[in-house]
Amino acid sequence: MNTDCALQEKGESERTLEPFRRILLRHGLTLERRKTTTLQINVGLLCNQICRHCHVSAGPGRKENMDSETADAVIAYAGRTRFETVDITGGAPELNPNFVKLIEEISCLTPRLMFRSNLSALTDGKRDDLTGLLKARRVAIVASFPSLNESQADSQRGDGIFRKSIAALQKLNSLGYGHQGTGLELDLACNPAGAFLPAPQDQTTKRFREVLMKRWGIVFNNLFAFANVPLGRFRIWLEEKGNLESYLSSLASGFNACAIDGLMCRTTVSVSWDGYLYDCDFNLAGGLHMGKRKTHVSEMKGQPPEGSPIAVGDHCYTCTAGAGFT
Amino acid sequence: METYYRPEDLPRFPDMGQKAPELGKKFFEYYNAVFAEGALTEREKALIALSVAHAVQCPYCIHAFTQTCLEKGSNLDEMTEAVHVVTAIRGGASLVHGVQMLNIAQKLSM
Repeated sequence: MNTDCALQEKGESERTLEPFRRILLRHGLTLERRKTTTLQINVGLLCNQICRHCHVSAGPGRKENMDSETADAVIAYAGRTRFETVDITGGAPELNPNFVKLIEEISCLTPRLMFRSNLSALTDGKRDDLTGLLKARRVAIVASFPSLNESQADSQRGDGIFRKSIAALQKLNSLGYGHQGTGLELDLACNPAGAFLPAPQDQTTKRFREVLMKRWGIVFNNLFAFANVPLGRFRIWLEEKGNLESYLSSLASGFNACAIDGLMCRTTVSVSWDGYLYDCDFNLAGGLHMGKRKTHVSEMKGQPPEGSPIAVGDHCYTCTAGAGFT
Repeated sequence: METYYRPEDLPRFPDMGQKAPELGKKFFEYYNAVFAEGALTEREKALIALSVAHAVQCPYCIHAFTQTCLEKGSNLDEMTEAVHVVTAIRGGASLVHGVQMLNIAQKLSM
């Protein structure tokens, strides 16, 4: 049973969700932008999978996809505003027809380019040249891999995805990804397969490293344990299963004021498939524009101003639960 | 009282420290220390707790440690096997006492 200090401090009257904005005020905290070091690009909601935990509700039927003109505007922004990291996400970014252009152009504009892959789209046999390009451009891959258990993983991501993911990781390893000293970074993103919080990242890393090597000979560099964000398809699933209230409560009861300092939204600008800007991918999913106004990437002269306030919603509890979100 | 067990009572476990704060403090400190990572991982300890929860048939514990096991990275296959472990012990404990039955019956019988 959970008997941590946060729970003990709470009375019965506090079990309903306190708005995130109010808990910041209660702790005397403000959430403001620092120097922006990361440009995150959400190239669209098209995906070959229909994952139950997806906060942007991506899937095969989604038409929202970054067009060539917007991709050019994003590339131009990355050129006039040097970011330490550029992070490409989706949907399945590999399915966007402008993905290769983005990789080729942006890899020259940033010291660190990473993209988030669901693994099955990358190795579906239709994009064999892509892994070679990623390797040549030293693109870091952050691969979704929620569980070491086949049924648990497939229940989150779809039938057969676990085995495809194992095969994809083995293929990436054979190219040098995930091996120390190759400069080819392969990280795992691990989201819980349900309405519960993730295990401590260090413990999960240790176990995944041992089991993946022992059973499948797979290596990786880092593992990131992320809580699922109660937005999009995941929120619908929570509501349908009657888990929404308890899940939000578990996130809120894990509120860690110290996590505010390192929140990614303070150093990230996220651009959506249609070119508009947000403080993070979750605000993008929630429709909370950066600075509370629609700003197109083509309007940006440089980094968003330091000290400007971050838009917040109750989904922000996800990133302040426990050790926080990276 | 419509039922003796109410799910909303589970988070009130720490309330048991209100009338005996020193004992409550010692108990919860001990409790939290027991489940911290040690020679056994937190995941392994949660699996043990889940199986014991079934042995003592505590609905609160079953609820809490099912969630904890999932949060610590266990899956339903592992959790089901853990319940079978305690089931085997409980069943075995009954069966092994049959030896006493045999002893007594053999002594009494011709």
